Amino acid sequence: MKKKDIYLIGGIVIAAVIFFMIVHFVIQKDGAVAVIRVDGKIMKELSLSKNTTVTVAGYEGGENIVVVEQGAVYMQEADCPDKICVHTGKISKVGETIVCLPHRVVVEIRKGMCGAVENQVDSVVR
Amino acid sequence: MYTQRTNNMVMCGILTALAMIFSYVESIIPIPIPIPGVKLGVANIAIVAVLYAIGSAQAVVVNVLRIFLTAMLFGNLNSFLFSMAGGMLSIFGMILLKKMKGFSMIGVSVAGGVLHNIGQILAAVWIMGSSAIAYYLPVLLIAGVLTGIVIGIVAGLVLQRIRGRQR
Ligand SMILES: [Zn+2]
Repeated sequence: MKKKDIYLIGGIVIAAVIFFMIVHFVIQKDGAVAVIRVDGKIMKELSLSKNTTVTVAGYEGGENIVVVEQGAVYMQEADCPDKICVHTGKISKVGETIVCLPHRVVVEIRKGMCGAVENQVDSVVR
Repeated sequence: MYTQRTNNMVMCGILTALAMIFSYVESIIPIPIPIPGVKLGVANIAIVAVLYAIGSAQAVVVNVLRIFLTAMLFGNLNSFLFSMAGGMLSIFGMILLKKMKGFSMIGVSVAGGVLHNIGQILAAVWIMGSSAIAYYLPVLLIAGVLTGIVIGIVAGLVLQRIRGRQR
């Protein structure tokens, strides 16, 4: 190991720690809304204050059952091959996600409803 | 000259095979991140070895071969896109750092490991259309540093064996 190796490793670790602190202490708070996207498009926005169960159709077929319960969201059932989404468990903090890659379904926790405004921002970015 | 070329070709073949074995092994090791298809990047051991033992161009070729073959044999479209994004970012970063003098194999492979994970995250953000996935970046950065250090050390050992054999 040379000096520059140590600087490089130190720099990356510091960057990771700063990023982690920003995520956990600045951004991460209890969310209010679960946004469900399929292939990048927002399909549903669910308020976390109301218990519900919705069925989401995957990008090329398939189904995911998303449950909102006491301010948290989880994937109750999915007919995807890997079941990673189901095993992710409950999420409730802003920025947390449940990803079902085979169905291209992402459940994401947000601070508030965003709907059309957020869609516009996204289309500009892309 | 002729034997040197043949030797390099054989070595590239062996190291591609080695890379694929590592790719297979890591395709069955789950990592604690709920993004299916994201890999640790253990196959980089072989790529770092090619980079140092033979050259940059060969390392790119072996890496591309490894990514295509692995995706065809044990992967799917998503894992292919992830390893393509991660693999390309990683190899070009490593070539650059190796040219920049002052970094050892460990530094180069750490950069490779970290860039590999950044590439995977970018691909995931792009495929899923959700930037919230970047939330896993800190974990993946640290994972990249740790695997990078281990890979740098192991690749050094692989290189010693290769050089011992060539002598
Ligand atoms: Zn799933």
